[in-house]
Amino acid sequence: MEHYTMNLTLKVWKQKNKNEKGRFETYQVKNVSSEMSFLEMFDVLNEQLIAEGKEPIAFDHDCREGICGMCSMYINGRAHGPWHHTTTCQLHMREYKDGDTIVVEPWRASAFPVIKDLVVDRQSFDRIIQAGGYVSVNTGNAVDANALPIEKHMADEAFASAACIGCGACVAACPNASAMLFVSAKVSHLAMLPQGSPERKERVTNMINQMDKEGFGSCTNIGACEAECPKGISLENIARLNREYIGAMFDGGSQNAK
Amino acid sequence: MSWKNAFSSSVGKKIQMALTGLFLVLFLVVHCYVNAMIFWDDNGAKFTEAAHFMGTNVVIRITEIGLFAFLILHIVQGLKLWAQNRSRRNTRYAVSAGNATSKWYSRSMGILGTLILLFLILHISAFWAPNRASQTMGNGELDLYAMMRDAFQSLFVVVIYVLGCISLAWHLVHGFYSAFQTLGLAMNKYKGIINVVGVAFSIIVPLIFALMPIAFYLHWIE
Ligand code: HEM
Ligand code: SF4
Ligand code: FES
Repeated sequence: MEHYTMNLTLKVWKQKNKNEKGRFETYQVKNVSSEMSFLEMFDVLNEQLIAEGKEPIAFDHDCREGICGMCSMYINGRAHGPWHHTTTCQLHMREYKDGDTIVVEPWRASAFPVIKDLVVDRQSFDRIIQAGGYVSVNTGNAVDANALPIEKHMADEAFASAACIGCGACVAACPNASAMLFVSAKVSHLAMLPQGSPERKERVTNMINQMDKEGFGSCTNIGACEAECPKGISLENIARLNREYIGAMFDGGSQNAK
Repeated sequence: MSWKNAFSSSVGKKIQMALTGLFLVLFLVVHCYVNAMIFWDDNGAKFTEAAHFMGTNVVIRITEIGLFAFLILHIVQGLKLWAQNRSRRNTRYAVSAGNATSKWYSRSMGILGTLILLFLILHISAFWAPNRASQTMGNGELDLYAMMRDAFQSLFVVVIYVLGCISLAWHLVHGFYSAFQTLGLAMNKYKGIINVVGVAFSIIVPLIFALMPIAFYLHWIE
């Protein structure tokens, strides 16, 4: 594709801290290359702001290669922008043309309070993982990888669920701000493997309890999460989570659950 | 996990919505089957016979109590869920995804349900309540066929009924699939069949219901 440059208008959410009220600020960004990533465009804008003696825009990022899940931006109404299966760092400016206006907001959910500008606090996800997203066995020496036979299709499905990078786009996109896609990916990934299976009932109970405590909404099967997930986590995981939960409801084995 | 926990958690409440919703779906099948007897065009003979059975059979009358309990649970839990979920995002987005990532009817279950509720209040007070009141007072069953024929001479009433059926249809297009997903049954290999049956049900049953007032109004049946 041919390279081109563009001038853009950006409307970006600015918010000093958790407690202050935020507002939109309008910026002009000049000479943006079509080959830049969306975050590089923000770097250019921030350099420009620093040169002008203004405060740069705070945003989260880390790997910039689509695997860490940090780059939360809600771009023109879409989590991580309009590209399918893509994080913000992998969105490229060839999506836009000269003169475009782009509105950038933070993830909005009561369970993800804004810390500053586009940066939100996603520790609620960490606490859900702490509630059950682990396998508690003493590992000792690493065992031979082939010592534990796992059916191919189970291994594949567990792997697909394990692809979740905890970015929170599912929550951001959900009209109910529900975290069910994230939780279902974690519950599925562990429940399908023999190492995770013994604790499956306590796990699903404790993780759902924590999810509710954190103030996420409840799932009404709208499906916007699946449409926006950068890792293609499927709604089938939520069906599996529900099955796990119903199983735990009927079973005394979940008595260890908090 | 205690049972109390299972019912108060978000997933537990969803399971209540799914089970009560599916029970209401079953009710619709029976209700639709009985009422469709008006289409025999025998001056309501077959229909009246069936309505008499439904209105007097002990098992049916006991099930009716369960139906009301489930309906109320579905409504109360549904409206609570709707209000709670709306409060999970304090600041709304300035730009929203709209139809790009989800269907409008999936996002509108609370509104569609409320429209059904408004319709149900009118509908129950027009037919069911006066009939049971008359039975309770020892005056016997009312002539429901004649009541329908009279009520549906008004274009206004017919329009309300058709709107009620349209709300029900959209509620079911999402609700039928959603209930199976909530119960953990909508795995990819069954999703196709659940959707086909769900959409077919959502069109056929409300359509048959809507044809009842229309048929009386247009004098297809007398
Ligand atoms: C005959 C009438 C009705 C039928 C057959 C019906 C059926 C259903 C079904 C099958 C579901 C899906 C359950 C699930 O997602 O697990 C549902 C959900 C729902 N219904 Fe109803 N319903 C009826 C009336 C109502 C009324 C009167 C209201 C409210 C005033 C209502 C509000 C809701 C809400 C808010 C949901 C949740 C949306 C969701 O989770 O997908 N419904 N309904
Ligand atoms: S399920 Fe998808 S959208 Fe949600 S946190 Fe995991 S990777 Fe992100
Ligand atoms: S910065 Fe790591 S996924 Fe985008």
